[in-house]
Amino acid sequence: MRHTISVLVNNKFGVLSNVSGLFSGRGFNIESISVGMTLDSSVSQMTIVTRGDDQIIEQITKQLNKLIDVIKVVDLVEVDHIEREMVLIKVAPKQEHKAEVLRLTEIFRGRVVDSSQKTYTIEVTGDEKKIEALINLLKPIGIKEFVRTGKVAMAREGTAP
Amino acid sequence: MAKKKLTGAQIILEALKREKVSTVFGYPGGVVLGIFDELYDDKELKLILTRHEQGAVHMADGYARVTGEPGVVLVTSGPGATNTVTGIATAYMDSIPMVVLTGQVPTVLIGNDAFQEADIVGITRPCTKYNYLVKDVKDLAPTIKEAFHIARTGRPGPVLVDLPKDVTAAACDFDWPEKIDIPSYRPKVAGNKQMVRQAAAAVARAKKPLILAGGGVVASGAYAELLELATILNAPVTTTLMALGAFPASNPLYLGMPGMHGTYCANMAIQNSDLLLGVGVRFEDRVTGKTNTFAPHAQIVQIDIDPTSIRKNVRVDIPVVGDIKHVLKDMNGVLKSELKHKWDAVQQAWLKQIRQWNESHPLTYDYDDEVIKPQYVVEKLYEISKGNAIITTEVGQNQMWAAQFYRYEKPRRWLSSGGLGTMGYGFPAAIGAQMAAPDALVVDIAGDGSIQMNIQELATAVINKLPVKVAILNNQYLGMVRQWQELFFEERYAHTFLDSHMIPDFVKVAEAYGAVGLRATKPSEVVPVIKEAFRLKKPVFMDFICDWKEKVYPMVPAGASIDQMLLQEPKKTKARRLKAVK
Repeated sequence: MRHTISVLVNNKFGVLSNVSGLFSGRGFNIESISVGMTLDSSVSQMTIVTRGDDQIIEQITKQLNKLIDVIKVVDLVEVDHIEREMVLIKVAPKQEHKAEVLRLTEIFRGRVVDSSQKTYTIEVTGDEKKIEALINLLKPIGIKEFVRTGKVAMAREGTAP
Repeated sequence: MAKKKLTGAQIILEALKREKVSTVFGYPGGVVLGIFDELYDDKELKLILTRHEQGAVHMADGYARVTGEPGVVLVTSGPGATNTVTGIATAYMDSIPMVVLTGQVPTVLIGNDAFQEADIVGITRPCTKYNYLVKDVKDLAPTIKEAFHIARTGRPGPVLVDLPKDVTAAACDFDWPEKIDIPSYRPKVAGNKQMVRQAAAAVARAKKPLILAGGGVVASGAYAELLELATILNAPVTTTLMALGAFPASNPLYLGMPGMHGTYCANMAIQNSDLLLGVGVRFEDRVTGKTNTFAPHAQIVQIDIDPTSIRKNVRVDIPVVGDIKHVLKDMNGVLKSELKHKWDAVQQAWLKQIRQWNESHPLTYDYDDEVIKPQYVVEKLYEISKGNAIITTEVGQNQMWAAQFYRYEKPRRWLSSGGLGTMGYGFPAAIGAQMAAPDALVVDIAGDGSIQMNIQELATAVINKLPVKVAILNNQYLGMVRQWQELFFEERYAHTFLDSHMIPDFVKVAEAYGAVGLRATKPSEVVPVIKEAFRLKKPVFMDFICDWKEKVYPMVPAGASIDQMLLQEPKKTKARRLKAVK
């Protein structure tokens, strides 16, 4: 099963390497990871999406907790939470499909952030399903490339453990 | 009070003294010259100059296992640092406290592929408990304080501190933090009261309880608590390789070691118990064999300070996270005051069954008048030392025979690379042990293969007048691998023959280094050789030319259930039983 794990860490060099090394050293896979500073600049927040059975997820959370620089680990599967991801999609539509691209962008509440003679670059934010739905709709029209940020997630107020 | 301004090198020495370090094992080189220069005149810190950095780390490890205090290593950058990796990984796998100080190229050169540069922090990340690159001389004192704190506390382990040359040359005020608090690192010492109660209640209900003690008992110093628990319950105890000596071998409740080369009795007891109490044990594959048939009838209770050790390899019904000494104290309290059972009566049948297993299949070997059996050598080492030696081992058959045929009454007298299985560990570890316990008899039980992996440290032993004894069970082969080839590879002895009866001549090697070399080729020569070696106040190599065909039994084939043991081969001569020394 897929889990989104929120990890609060000391903002020091080498910490990301410690965390990713923990996964690679034990053969666990990271589907996505995003890192950024928090209100306290000495602390960073990581959001890791990984997959595994209960025993593997238990090991992952315990091993993360064991790292000296890890302050707190929350498996968000256990709590009500919000997830968001951003994607930049560069589409190269044929002339007759250009309007369709703009229409889809509007439906998905995205924005065109760059355009050239042959391409539009679209920015869209949402949960994973929304982003995947848009990508699937744009694929037949002609995606040149896309970049996803990976998930960021946060527990809803009142449900945090 | 005005503070003294010290250089980085002086800060390091001062910090080591504040941490009550008296011995450093090391090897100099370019970027650490400043630190060695300070050490040169120092009256309090003794540097043991080794012949290889790996030797230095194993010595610090041996020192740590005997004293319980972190061993300290100081080496240079690049190759000096990378040579420490095997030793660090060995200590990490066995949870041995250690602080390794490595030199590094000046900060401006880091990342430039400078001469003798290696990213040792990156290299050792997966095999240290924590590591640091110190970038500012002001961070030096607090970093060293933290390094010792992390190495010692919780589940102990090696910590590496990488020291760029300019940082050790710079100067600043010496500011020693008296206390360390790392908010993200606060190991849980006391066990959850409710879990302790639950564990005690489960133990109290058991009809066939068994205590499985591991290295955590040694790390925590919980010997008295373990003995008390076993005595209250009148329950049998088996100890893993890492915990030999944590429970007295002569105690009637002791079953020996379980696992791949464990006793028949210990393995049968695990497989038939209705409650298995794992104490500071991580249920490694060499102990459990096939995990899904491990202890099939038992409720498993596991006590460990490291939550990741719980439920990692086997199912656990009742976990208790905490320091063994604390948890066992609490548990013994509950058992004594609240759960008063007549344990003796309950367990008579179980103990009787265990006695039968023990008597039907004791550890034995076939004595021979013509050729030296390696087990006979270990047995005689035990008898002649009266069980009082500190034993170190290499890895392979020598290690298993040393575990089976020497009996350990006290903790911290058995030093063996259990987790990583590092050949070449035992000899330098013995030197470190002798530094820690100058008056003790220290014996490395070695194989002819393993001893050659760090044989250069003979110079360190001779020059520092450390009279360690090395008993080489010389069977000319990488014996354990040969045993597997005999049993599982149709006797095709691919690349395991070392020809070490002649190459090298261990007696001459010893003599070349200024040590003493003795050789026994017949069983009748074994006792005189051991007695002579123990009498001499010098390092001695004892070369015992042993039966090359001898195998370690019992043996659980890899992947089998631990009750599927290969026992002794058909008996040809009179079997000798292991006798305890009175």
